[in-house]
Amino acid sequence: MLCYANAHELVRRMQAGELSAQEITRAVLERIDEVEGTVGAYVNLCPERALETAGAVDDARARGTDLPPLAGVPIAVKDVICMQGMPTTCSSRILENFRPPYDATVARRVIDGRMPVLGKANMDEFAMGSSTENSAFHITRNPWDTERIPGGSSGGSAAAVAAGEAILALGSDTGGSIRQPACLCGVVGLKPTYGRVSRYGLVAFASSLDQIGPITRSVRDCALLLGAISGHDPLDSTSLDEPVPDYAASLERPVSGMRIGVPAEYFTEGIDGDVRESVEAAIDQLVSLGAKRVDISLPHTKYAVATYYIVATAEASSNLARYDGVHYGYRSKSADQASDASAIIALYENTRAEGFGDEVKRRIMLGTYALSAGYYDAYYLRALRVRTLLRRDFDAAFEKVDCVACPVSPTPAFRIGEKMDDPLSMYLSDIYTISANLAGIPGISVPCGLTSQGLPVGLQLLGSPLGEEALLRLAYAFEQSTEHHTVRPELAGKGAA
Amino acid sequence: MRIDVAHIARLSRIAMSEEERAHFEEQLARIVDYVDQLQEVDVTDVPPTAHAITRHNVFRADEPRASLTNEQALANAPDEARGYFKVPAIIEEA
Amino acid sequence: MAAYEPVIGLEIHVELTTNTKVFCGCSTAFGAEPNTQVCPVCIGMPGVLPVINERVVEYAIRAALALNCRVAPQSSMDRKNYYYPDLPKNYQISQNYECFATDGWVDLSLPGGEHRVGIGNLHIEEDAGKNVHAEDTGLLGFSCVDLNRAGVPLLEIVSEPDIHTLEQLDAYMELMRGILVYIGVSDCRMEEGRLRFEANVSVREEGDASLPPFRVEMKNLNSVKICHQAVEFEIERQSEALERGETPSSETRLWDPKRRITQTMRSKEEAKDYRYFPEPDLVPLVIEQAWVERVRAGLPELPHHKRERLVAEYGLPEYDAAVLTTDGAVADLFEGAVAAGAPAKEASNWVMGELFLLLKEDERDASSLPPETPGVLSEVIGYVSSGRINRNAAKTVFEEWYRIGVAPDAIIKERGLEVVGGGAELEGIARGVIEANEKPVADFRAGKKQAIGFLVGQVMKETRGSADANAAREALLKLLS
Repeated sequence: MLCYANAHELVRRMQAGELSAQEITRAVLERIDEVEGTVGAYVNLCPERALETAGAVDDARARGTDLPPLAGVPIAVKDVICMQGMPTTCSSRILENFRPPYDATVARRVIDGRMPVLGKANMDEFAMGSSTENSAFHITRNPWDTERIPGGSSGGSAAAVAAGEAILALGSDTGGSIRQPACLCGVVGLKPTYGRVSRYGLVAFASSLDQIGPITRSVRDCALLLGAISGHDPLDSTSLDEPVPDYAASLERPVSGMRIGVPAEYFTEGIDGDVRESVEAAIDQLVSLGAKRVDISLPHTKYAVATYYIVATAEASSNLARYDGVHYGYRSKSADQASDASAIIALYENTRAEGFGDEVKRRIMLGTYALSAGYYDAYYLRALRVRTLLRRDFDAAFEKVDCVACPVSPTPAFRIGEKMDDPLSMYLSDIYTISANLAGIPGISVPCGLTSQGLPVGLQLLGSPLGEEALLRLAYAFEQSTEHHTVRPELAGKGAA
Repeated sequence: MRIDVAHIARLSRIAMSEEERAHFEEQLARIVDYVDQLQEVDVTDVPPTAHAITRHNVFRADEPRASLTNEQALANAPDEARGYFKVPAIIEEA
Repeated sequence: MAAYEPVIGLEIHVELTTNTKVFCGCSTAFGAEPNTQVCPVCIGMPGVLPVINERVVEYAIRAALALNCRVAPQSSMDRKNYYYPDLPKNYQISQNYECFATDGWVDLSLPGGEHRVGIGNLHIEEDAGKNVHAEDTGLLGFSCVDLNRAGVPLLEIVSEPDIHTLEQLDAYMELMRGILVYIGVSDCRMEEGRLRFEANVSVREEGDASLPPFRVEMKNLNSVKICHQAVEFEIERQSEALERGETPSSETRLWDPKRRITQTMRSKEEAKDYRYFPEPDLVPLVIEQAWVERVRAGLPELPHHKRERLVAEYGLPEYDAAVLTTDGAVADLFEGAVAAGAPAKEASNWVMGELFLLLKEDERDASSLPPETPGVLSEVIGYVSSGRINRNAAKTVFEEWYRIGVAPDAIIKERGLEVVGGGAELEGIARGVIEANEKPVADFRAGKKQAIGFLVGQVMKETRGSADANAAREALLKLLS
């Protein structure tokens, strides 16, 4: 099926004149039509715009104009990335009708790259969550089992790619929000080194942790999309001014001799048996390809979740202060519920009470608490010091190994509603992805098998800063030596029971 | 650990009913109890990491860039008048 | 009432006159239509990021040097979190933990002597927008927000609580304003809100050297006069409270310009918890010594250096040097006059006297005077010291040149202002005056010494003011003895 083809393959066929961009976009739009009612991957669709872009690509190609590498390949963009011409909602009521007057730098690169944008993908509200159940609009269902969550917060992006509702997708990752949904949906997801990809136009959750990254069905597509979006941006003071290598070109270099660190702390109890088995098998597979397994320790791992939930929420509490009903976004209609407050304070309090969901409120309050007078040193500052220790753990590890291998998630996709009553338990499932954000290092999730219930498992590889090439190379070698990436979910379309 | 949710909610500018406060207090208390384990880490002489990258002195030149038009600036405003963002009267008095 | 000593610290917010805002490329020009100098960054839209304007850092170095501060080799930005409609992100990017510069000072020149005021810190931050209220818009029940000013670069300069009199307060405000204009970082136009004051005021018993346990903060004091009035009122209010045995509360008070009193602010903002934390979107500033030296080399001679030099090189009294260096153009004028031949003290007297008077009348700056001015000044001074004209005539001559531009020499000749000089001529006139004024002469001879004044006046009248008064007096005395 065309909607399940890989981007690099589609590009080859378009260049060979076998396919047009419009045919491809139409095929994907048809697929969306068929299964979106079930999956719910999108918040807003823009089919006309996508077809227009595809048409322009075909015209340009007919005229012999040079085209960018991914021109004509349809893409879904997580609704946390600002794009003009339609709403950017972050799956929140407070931004439901917000239309940014500007494009995120990455969106600009997608547009300049002439990739038809199919629509904005569903997510956990303001990227806070691991299941996409925190979207204010609707849930997204895992295409492999529609009673289960697709992961989060980039659940819509991952589900779209897994369901053939997009060839490529962009997500964002603050504590695992690309890697975990990619894992649970059986696709490839990569979080770049912090600063590799511009954050200008990425609605901020935790500024020192957020990164935009690719979600795709193959490692080669991932490499291509990463190359298209990476690079220095003068509008982002935290973006790295480092050259962008040709990630796709180095994929096929041999992996023999590469050292893979296996951290003891990531393989303790609490991991689902099938998950452990698949991940161990994957590591064995890499060894059989010539990589060398090295046992390592990342001793401060057990503090990672606590550190993250202080640092990320502290930054978030400040980043989300701007949503107040004054300059843009939702404004409450109710007058003064808080009777002793002035009207302007009531406006703030009611707007935010009505506009934000529970998880967002929880995190704002936690963050405010961690920064508040009397607690700053004990919580926020201390967490920043533990962060240093976590980073040092990785620095030491990368003296001995090229990559770290581990699970992405302790369990496969859980049932919809299963963890909604227990926020802490939800937070704890981020244990394997969170440290990479705190340390600023890159990480990739690549499919490595199914559980006995047919649910996808992912292998995670973590690299040193700006070590994406090594990650992609290992992931590619693994992918090409197994069949996991060829399996598709059986997704019933419209009209099925 | 008793968290003054009413105070935190006020600092966060989020209105909350009594029930909601109680509900959040219970959840936040458990989370804070969990994050308290950081107190046991030895952080002597460990500097805080506020930034994940080591750049410094990132500047732009003092050169103008096109601003938005007034229409564009107010296009998303919930309420506006005469080119301003409009809000209920802010009273600063004794 | 016991004697109470004010303990005053002043915070100055100065808007830098760069072309663009501190974190985005919008214009900083004053007076534009509302919300026309804004962009997604300064409106604080979702997803935007700040990038620091390099010129702001340059200006901060200039100001730090001019105020004798230590520029921190490394400093960083922090977020100050609070909610207000003119603060679009509901946080202000400022500096709290690692300020740009610290430990500076300025010396105030006062008639009673010099007084040093310490500068605790100098830091960079962004300005907020403006709230326009119903009184100005007519929209009853509503406030209107204009974000043109949001993001304009500010330097905040915090003094130590070293100001103890209203005179020192006024001198400090004037001096700071002068320095900031002098080094070119701001035009300090207070009517445009470019310079704003916040005062922290307490009082203690005279002789007590410890800091009082309370402090009243007053914001938005938007002119030198208002700041003076508000502080003056507060000193009295607090002194009276202490006299009654009460301790004033630490709080923020508002100055009411109509009723001329300060009042407690009602908004019961619990003691502001700004939850400062490092700004994650901006990387640290590393200011190498080489950069500081480059800026130092490009600065005009700083006022206090010039002051010291004027005292050393020209032998001027401290007071003169201080007055002459409040304005760079004035100092240049003085030095130009001396270079053209005028004696230093004379030149100083003339500048501080006649010239200042004329400038004040016309409300103009010394910088607007034509380049010949020092030369003319020197010339006129020369005519007095050579005895060609007396001082009164000189004032007339100079003013005439200033107003119409006619050369001093020409004016002197045209108006016959030359001193009636030679002893003989003067003697003749004195003799005539004595003969014509029998009664005053008799009074003088009878012991009424002050009658000589009248006679001198008559000589001046005869010579149409061009005689030298002292010489006339002497000539008369000689004849009368």
